[in-house]
Amino acid sequence: MGNLLSLTTFIPLLGALILAIFLRGDDAAAQRNAKWVALATTIATFVVSLFILFEFNPQDTGFQMVEEREWLLGLKYKMGVDGISILFVMLTTFLMPIVIGACWDVKVRVKEYMIAFLFLETLMLGVFMALDLVLFYLFFEAGLIPMFLIIGIWGGANRIYASFKFFLYTFLGSVLMLVAMVAMYVDAGTTDIETLLTHSFGSETFSLLGIQIIGGAQTLMWLAFFASFAVKMPMWPVHTWLPDAHVQAPTAGSVVLAAILLKMGGYGFLRFSLPMFPVGSEVMGPLVLWLSAIAIVYTSLVALVQEDMKKLIAYSSVAHMGYVTMGIFAVNQQGIDGAIFQMLSHGFISGALFLCVGVIYDRMHTREIDAYGGLVNRMPAYALIFCFFTMANVGLPGTSGFVGEFLTLMGVFQVNTWVAMVATTGVILSAAYALWLYRRVVMGDLIKESLKTIKDITPRERWLFTPLVAMTLLLGVYPSLVTDIIGPSVEALIGQYDTATAAFDAANQYAQN
Amino acid sequence: METIILFAPLVGALLCGFGWKFIGETTAQWVATSLLFLAAILSWIVFLTFDGTTESITILRWIESGTLSTDWAIRMDRLTAIMLIVITTVSALVHLYSFGYMAHDDHFAKGVSYRPRFFAYLSFFTFAMLMLVTSDNLIQMFFGWEGVGVASYLLIGFYYKKPSANAAAIKAFVVNRVGDFGFALGIFGIYWVTDSVKFEDIFAMTPQLAEMTMPFLWAEWNVANLLAFLLFVGAMGKSAQLLLHTWLPDAMEGPTPVSALIHAATMVTAGVFLVCRMSPLYEYAPETQQFIVFLGATTAFFAATVGLVQNDIKRVIAYSTCSQLGYMFVAAGVGVYSVAMFHLLTHAFFKAMLFLGAGSVIHGMHHEQDMRNYGGLKDKMPYTFWAMMIGTLAITGVGIPLLYIGFPIGFAGFVSKDAIIESAFAADAGYAFWMLVVAAFMTSFYSWRLMFLTFYGEPRGDKHTHEHAHESPGTMLTPLAVLSVGAIFSGMVFYGPFFGSDEKVGKFFGYIEATEKTEDTAMGFSLIAPAYAAGEETDDHSDDGGKETPIQQPGEGAIYHNPDNHVLHDAHYVPNWVKLSPFIVMVAGFALAWLMYIRRPDLPAKLAEQQRPLYNFLLNKWYFDELYDFVFVRPAIAIGNFLWKRGDMGVIDGGINGLAMGVVPFFTRLLGRMQSGYIFTYAFAMVIGIAVLLTWVSLSGGAN
Repeated sequence: MGNLLSLTTFIPLLGALILAIFLRGDDAAAQRNAKWVALATTIATFVVSLFILFEFNPQDTGFQMVEEREWLLGLKYKMGVDGISILFVMLTTFLMPIVIGACWDVKVRVKEYMIAFLFLETLMLGVFMALDLVLFYLFFEAGLIPMFLIIGIWGGANRIYASFKFFLYTFLGSVLMLVAMVAMYVDAGTTDIETLLTHSFGSETFSLLGIQIIGGAQTLMWLAFFASFAVKMPMWPVHTWLPDAHVQAPTAGSVVLAAILLKMGGYGFLRFSLPMFPVGSEVMGPLVLWLSAIAIVYTSLVALVQEDMKKLIAYSSVAHMGYVTMGIFAVNQQGIDGAIFQMLSHGFISGALFLCVGVIYDRMHTREIDAYGGLVNRMPAYALIFCFFTMANVGLPGTSGFVGEFLTLMGVFQVNTWVAMVATTGVILSAAYALWLYRRVVMGDLIKESLKTIKDITPRERWLFTPLVAMTLLLGVYPSLVTDIIGPSVEALIGQYDTATAAFDAANQYAQN
Repeated sequence: METIILFAPLVGALLCGFGWKFIGETTAQWVATSLLFLAAILSWIVFLTFDGTTESITILRWIESGTLSTDWAIRMDRLTAIMLIVITTVSALVHLYSFGYMAHDDHFAKGVSYRPRFFAYLSFFTFAMLMLVTSDNLIQMFFGWEGVGVASYLLIGFYYKKPSANAAAIKAFVVNRVGDFGFALGIFGIYWVTDSVKFEDIFAMTPQLAEMTMPFLWAEWNVANLLAFLLFVGAMGKSAQLLLHTWLPDAMEGPTPVSALIHAATMVTAGVFLVCRMSPLYEYAPETQQFIVFLGATTAFFAATVGLVQNDIKRVIAYSTCSQLGYMFVAAGVGVYSVAMFHLLTHAFFKAMLFLGAGSVIHGMHHEQDMRNYGGLKDKMPYTFWAMMIGTLAITGVGIPLLYIGFPIGFAGFVSKDAIIESAFAADAGYAFWMLVVAAFMTSFYSWRLMFLTFYGEPRGDKHTHEHAHESPGTMLTPLAVLSVGAIFSGMVFYGPFFGSDEKVGKFFGYIEATEKTEDTAMGFSLIAPAYAAGEETDDHSDDGGKETPIQQPGEGAIYHNPDNHVLHDAHYVPNWVKLSPFIVMVAGFALAWLMYIRRPDLPAKLAEQQRPLYNFLLNKWYFDELYDFVFVRPAIAIGNFLWKRGDMGVIDGGINGLAMGVVPFFTRLLGRMQSGYIFTYAFAMVIGIAVLLTWVSLSGGAN
């Protein structure tokens, strides 16, 4: 099959179109049909994407299954996957059926809701597979729209503020990236990512408005891309949109946001920043390391005092993304392997945690931690699942959360022990906030009158958690499943990076002496 | 066989935890328990047939990234074998004991099936602990390390309705994480300099590590010292050494069998095990060794002082554990790893026994734990009394000093504790020596105080409770009987391999090739100690040993002594007053306890009144909890609040929203004219706009 990637990408869109065109009415039957169509579509997408995985050869570090076509207005449509992107594709297709399953109880505008998610899936998959700048940008930016709608229409009370904040932050970052993309095109004469990866952009230091720009054009372009990806990640101090967005987003929206959308930033760093602007990365790397370390400690401390469950988990997400950025800009095998691993693992764990919040939110309609307590008495199965993911979230060895955290820290230690030490305090703080949350919500005696009739998780909810538990354990016990696939590509990436920066480093050393 | 030992508890945990609904509660408990007994029997077989050669069994690949490669694997050597019998034996007995202890529990409503959960946790703990000790690399060890932490967290918080139990559980986990923080940094550092996390690779490199320096934070450090120190921080957390000890007394919130298994016999000794396991590294890290000795001795002293005045029976034993762990660290720190392991082994028996005995008392007294409400229980619980008596004789170190018949005569603690004190003296660690002697005095005092308050005198407290006080059932007494055998004999039986001649110890731990030279003739049966000095023959022998034995390479055998380390040898030649001193203070401690709690029961209250500040200082455990609360907990919350309200909401949002509030209305007005009505249309328009822009650029660029 020559167009496996396009097929995977556009099955969800096809499903969305079917819903839009053929499904009429808003009665219970229509709602049910909409959900089943969406679920079937996402499952089909997952099944098809498995073929990508089977066909993929990890030893080949180039792009595989590449499709290239002329497109409108002389633009190119080019898709492909390599060891860095393929698992993000798999993550997306794997999680989407769970996301759809998580919206099963939605009653308002179900059809539109399903369409939004299906459309979003296509765009997310496109981001991870696009091999053309323009195409990438389209997918990347267009992804904002369905997410914006999901928060703005199906969100909580303060959804308008949150959705605007989300939109503005991410959009402002993207504008700068757009400018850089134009500059890249002017310099390299192509928008083909595969070609751009081998192009070396200017890195001679020049002076702009009286400021010495070390690393020259590369540093500037790096910064422009950074603006976009740092917001997406999100990195401190441009992270404040995320807690608000999560709090207002519906459960399924939060799951997608945390589990997949945030990973676009990390993917962007790996696809663009490191290989295309190695000198820029080398110059700015220490800054990123420090921002990441600050993010970990800062957001962990803030998470400690949250009163809203979703906010707490959102802050914890920011902290975990701190490990990712840190690992990426350590630029060594453990760092980047760990960063990718952490992103995948965070996809399962944070997704599951938001589902955990969703379970009790659906029952009690509040996210206030104080409104709960002693749930274990009536919800033992829920308590067990929540406990498992809490432990995974604090990076317990044997769960996938450990591997990513440990590898990134190990990678950073070889680059900067200060950053490593500051970031490692995160393991203490995360234990504190996560266990304290768990204690306040689940442990204790069940005293509150309102909770006396709360029911344990339903079979549907159990099915949502099962694959997430399985993946979290599987990757924790046998992480080679992931590292075997990403390893060679990461190695190639680092090799390229080191070659590209060697000359610059030598020159810099010379200049300093 | 090792694989079966390792996974039997895991299977038990899963079957019991998830399967009890299908096979029934009681069956589930028996499944878990019998699998543990199976593991225990196999462990003894492994231990007794083990020949000292290090073996390695790989089970599955684990974390691999670049040159980092770890497997799930079993490293079988003498250290592992010792830990296997300690863990599985105590665990199996504790499982059995729990049948009785957990039979009824007022913490749970009728109909709540808490028992399978309890057994599943116990078995899971055992699995994690076995993973820790069988690991052949640091990361798998870290897995076990954190795994036992979770099990401990779950079991301390087992009575989930009790707020104090929940708080204690979190405290245990978080404080341990502080230790793990150091441990993790140590692993990162080791990987950085040795390019491996496997023990055999690390051990082979330790002589070089002693010569190297590495940058860490603000300075260049000697690699061996730095890494040994970082790993030791982990050990401090797990083994509740001073500064990171605060969680252990609180951990007594868990059910008593848990305290016996986790917080006395096994998990808390993991730190000692770590230091012994990494002996090739510590042998090249003299400064860190000194620190360990200092901290171990100080902890032994500190915990003993606090133990003097506690009223909760379990807390007394908890502080006693803390103190005894200090002894073990002194031994490990002065370089007699075999002696540290020796005390670890004997302590596991007698301390588990003391805890289970205390549990039996608590069980019989309807969960009353305050010793002020005990008294006169000797006749109500005769078996428990005798068990506790044996435990007390063992921990206080009762034996016949200076008598030697191939091994000394005395209870387990007598042999192993005295070995540590003598080693401390032989190593010229004066501070440690004196601290340990003083601590031995206090150990004797608080142990006898516990006995006197509990079993002697008049019944105090609630009459009703005393009337219904009863002896515990057979499932609880059998483990006590088995452990008492260990508490009496383990010291004498294992004296030779752990603290005998260099050669005996060397053979046992697999770093001296077995030769045909027979020990018995060399050691003789001299009845007067010091045994070695007794005959010229033995002196010659030891000199020969020094010359003949090829210098040990790091990584050979289970523990390593560098060529300059003669403490094990010298410890046998200390002056007689040194050998006598622990015995003398033991008798003195007994006498004082007898005076204060039997002869003049009014004395303690008077003394407490007279020395009020000192009493409060000890009663409040030197105010460590208050201090930490003030220095760490409150500031963390305050900073968190500050960063959130001022940082996130004030500066960041304030700044950006200010900007946005300026920009947004402008756009809204602008777009408002387009009359599209829906927000998303704007958004879509923007993206389309960009697409058009980009297309234009690319087209015009293409034209050039």
